[in-house]
Amino acid sequence: MKPIIELYIQQFKTTLATMFAYRASLLIWMIGQVLEPLVYLIVWSLVSTASGGSVGGYTTADFAAYFILLMLVNQVTYTWIMYEFEYRIREGILSVALLKPVHPIHSDIADNISSKLITTPFMILVAVLLAIVFHPSLDTTSWAIVCFFPALLLAFAIRFLLEWTLALSAFWTTRVGAINQIYFVVMLFLSGQFAPLTLFPLPVQIASYVLPFRWLISYPIDLISGRLTLSQTLIGFGAQAAWLAVSYILLRTVWRAGLRVYSAVGA
Amino acid sequence: MSNVDETDGRSTVSSSLPNRSAPASPAVTIKDLRKVYVVTHQELGARATMRGLVRRRKQEVAAVAGISFNLAPGEIVGFLGPNGAGKTTTLKMLSGLLHPTSGEATILGHVPWNRERAFLRQITLVMGQRNQLVWDIPALNSFELNRAIYRIPLDDYRRRVAELTDLLELGPLLHKPVRNLSLGERMKCEIAAALLHRPSVVFLDEPTIGLDVTMQHRIRSFIGEYNRRFGATVLLTSHYMADVEALCKRVVVIHHGRLLFDGQLAALVQKFTEYKTIVVQIENCQNNLATYGEVVSCEGGRFTLRVPREKTARITERLLADLPVIDLLVEDPPIEEVIERVFAQEGA
Repeated sequence: MKPIIELYIQQFKTTLATMFAYRASLLIWMIGQVLEPLVYLIVWSLVSTASGGSVGGYTTADFAAYFILLMLVNQVTYTWIMYEFEYRIREGILSVALLKPVHPIHSDIADNISSKLITTPFMILVAVLLAIVFHPSLDTTSWAIVCFFPALLLAFAIRFLLEWTLALSAFWTTRVGAINQIYFVVMLFLSGQFAPLTLFPLPVQIASYVLPFRWLISYPIDLISGRLTLSQTLIGFGAQAAWLAVSYILLRTVWRAGLRVYSAVGA
Repeated sequence: MSNVDETDGRSTVSSSLPNRSAPASPAVTIKDLRKVYVVTHQELGARATMRGLVRRRKQEVAAVAGISFNLAPGEIVGFLGPNGAGKTTTLKMLSGLLHPTSGEATILGHVPWNRERAFLRQITLVMGQRNQLVWDIPALNSFELNRAIYRIPLDDYRRRVAELTDLLELGPLLHKPVRNLSLGERMKCEIAAALLHRPSVVFLDEPTIGLDVTMQHRIRSFIGEYNRRFGATVLLTSHYMADVEALCKRVVVIHHGRLLFDGQLAALVQKFTEYKTIVVQIENCQNNLATYGEVVSCEGGRFTLRVPREKTARITERLLADLPVIDLLVEDPPIEEVIERVFAQEGA
């Protein structure tokens, strides 16, 4: 176990050094991370105010809470591997990684966690500022807060495994951009990034229960917002456990198949 | 220098010189190795393109068409061939990146494409300027990352960095961001990073490409030194014959994926050239030396003659007897020329 921790520590140092080499772009990127939920927050606040203070059970203050939490949940769970994998294959970086006696996913996990350790304090600061400006209301319970953290961790694990697997599509196609685009649109609507899922028509809601996206974003937010009963919470954990298993198996299978293609054709 | 203590117990070679008297089992064995790529053809013209949407014309291309050779532990072998001969494909198979279409290979008892960790810890592949190093940060940082990846004990790591710094004159380079290094400086750091785990089998694909003469020389002598100190087996491709001449007694030549020659470099010259070059210095260029051999050039009385190999001694004798010779030199043609001739013959 120790050598892998050593690896994570070194990757942390590398990520840190790399990020500080690009301070300006780091700042621009963080502004982007804040801007998207902020736009939705403002839009839905306006809609809610225009409809007499509430839409589908969400008051203006509820929307504020929802999107501030969304920003934080997204901060913890998001990945950027899909933008990188095709480049790695094309430039031979993957080959270099494959020559090493460690699965390349470890570097990515370590890199992801490292960069979030650095950016999260900033995001919390932004969340506090937004809370001061938009007056969110949060009606939570102590057990919901306790359950929130494992749910968030599971959401991160599933999202990481799923998106890492999706990134592997680069083994088969050079048009990764199109695949990513489809994924993001589906994710935007079915995870609750665009709006709370209860505002969507029934078929969309049903789909969101079956698919993994809800459990990555919407579920942890609903949980800490005190919108879930205990049994709903347990169902959520069950769904997360199932998706964790599925995404793990998927990753292993697709990775092996991808490597077969890669080692047959070369880069 | 031969006594290199390996506290991490990973090295399989304990002394710097391989034991010549008792032939050790080969470090690398390759048998009938083949790699066939399926290539789809894109034809020109609108109609052909439409047809191509439905059915692509596929063609099999054998990048490596069945080659066999062995490398003894501690040997440095030059792996030669023109562009597209299948050198890189072979190196990729040997380092486990590519699955062969058929054939076998064993490296230190491992099948490369199974990519076992124990195997990966003992080899390295340096491909041109492909990056071991993270671009935006100092090389030393990437070294540390490799230390963690290869689980190199800290004491060994420190000693090796010091050693590599000394041999490659890395000193001030290690603390600069990699992007600020020159091509040659970067290459030195790349090679150091690739050798930190002290691999006993080293594959080098064009390690000196694009470098100036001084830097080429430095890297070349470093490779020789690494081989001597640690008894590493080295397979090296290079377009610079100076690299090959300086480092490799033995060369393996491939062309169109097939083995053309495997043996001593000197024997390659013997086999593929029927000529020798005689450089003879006389008074001036007025004399007509065409009767002795083919006059390649003359400058200031310095004639370069090309003569059939078996007549070299006789012609030399005649030249010395007939002419007021100031100086005379018999040479094999430059190795570049030999190699060029080999490929030209085979290509025809």
